Amino acid sequence: MKIGVLVNEGPFTHQASDSAYHFTKAAIEKGHDVMRVFFYYDGVNNANKLSEPQSDDRNLVKMWGELANEHNVDLVVCVAAALRRGIKDEILADGFRISGLGQLIELGMAADRMVVFGD
Amino acid sequence: MTDQAAVEFDTAGVKKKFMFVNSKAPYGTIYALEVLEMILISAAFEQHAVIAFVDDGVYQIKKGHNTKATGMKNFSPTYGVVEMEKEDADEDEDIDMVWRIVVEKESMEARGLTEDDFGVEVEVLDSAELAELMAEQEVVLAG
Amino acid sequence: MNKLHTVNKSPFDRSALETCLRLAKSGSSVLLIEDGVYAALAGTAKSGMIEGRKGDLKFYVLGADLDARGLSEKPMIDGVETVDYGGFVDLVCEHDSVHSWL
Repeated sequence: MKIGVLVNEGPFTHQASDSAYHFTKAAIEKGHDVMRVFFYYDGVNNANKLSEPQSDDRNLVKMWGELANEHNVDLVVCVAAALRRGIKDEILADGFRISGLGQLIELGMAADRMVVFGD
Repeated sequence: MTDQAAVEFDTAGVKKKFMFVNSKAPYGTIYALEVLEMILISAAFEQHAVIAFVDDGVYQIKKGHNTKATGMKNFSPTYGVVEMEKEDADEDEDIDMVWRIVVEKESMEARGLTEDDFGVEVEVLDSAELAELMAEQEVVLAG
Repeated sequence: MNKLHTVNKSPFDRSALETCLRLAKSGSSVLLIEDGVYAALAGTAKSGMIEGRKGDLKFYVLGADLDARGLSEKPMIDGVETVDYGGFVDLVCEHDSVHSWL
């Protein structure tokens, strides 16, 4: 099945990014096509390469990047939401790209299922 | 925008029923504003949309926002733009795009509001009617 | 349409579950994740919310979130089925669409 994921919250403050990550990983393991993970609202903060969690804790920014690179998942950060929050190319983590909100609507149109993770 | 290659989807001819759920009050959090931005972008794709106001979301469309003392941007005129998009779609026979702006009756009444309090024209549906409508929606986006 | 609803907040904290149950059509399913898992516990002041709808809605709870919160040994409401992330994915695919109540 073709699946779209929307992540509304940044790493650590909410569990949304963790839940979305584990869901996405499980979907890929089951052979589904996670077409795109779209990051909106504070979700754009998942793309901040400056994030430095404690060494004994998970690194969500890196985890998403690895998922993107290993499984070709398209990680898109909304440009408008990103600009508001200071997420720009110069601090964009590996695996992410910045694009317009239209990419979320297109994802809704193209995917068989859309799952939202937020507050 | 970044260099990472854009991924294109083939969405030619796709027409889905989107639902945008507004359940949060305005200004206390950004969800009201950023859901509005989603709604407006979706107009460009000519998809069907139900814009639903439930729980504290009904406060978003209450008339008379005055944000001067808070210094926040008063984005309530944007609901008028949504209303205009809906009206344009209704009037233009060449566009196959059905938009509905709906308010849950129970949410409205629990908060002591009536249709006269709203800055846009809405359809008021009770929970049972809204539940039926929600059940038909294919892509549900919320903030 | 056969919908999967997800609720991620505790019924003691937010009204998301209440709103979800008010607007979920008979025959649909509700998956509790993150802090939403507290609603699956038996013998709480909020257990009645799910008890009251067992007849027409199917309830699921994400095991990983129960475990994280030390709830796996606590009695759950009868009939609530525990799933893992793979089960979450299956539920998404088995239903026609998903409504995440935020």
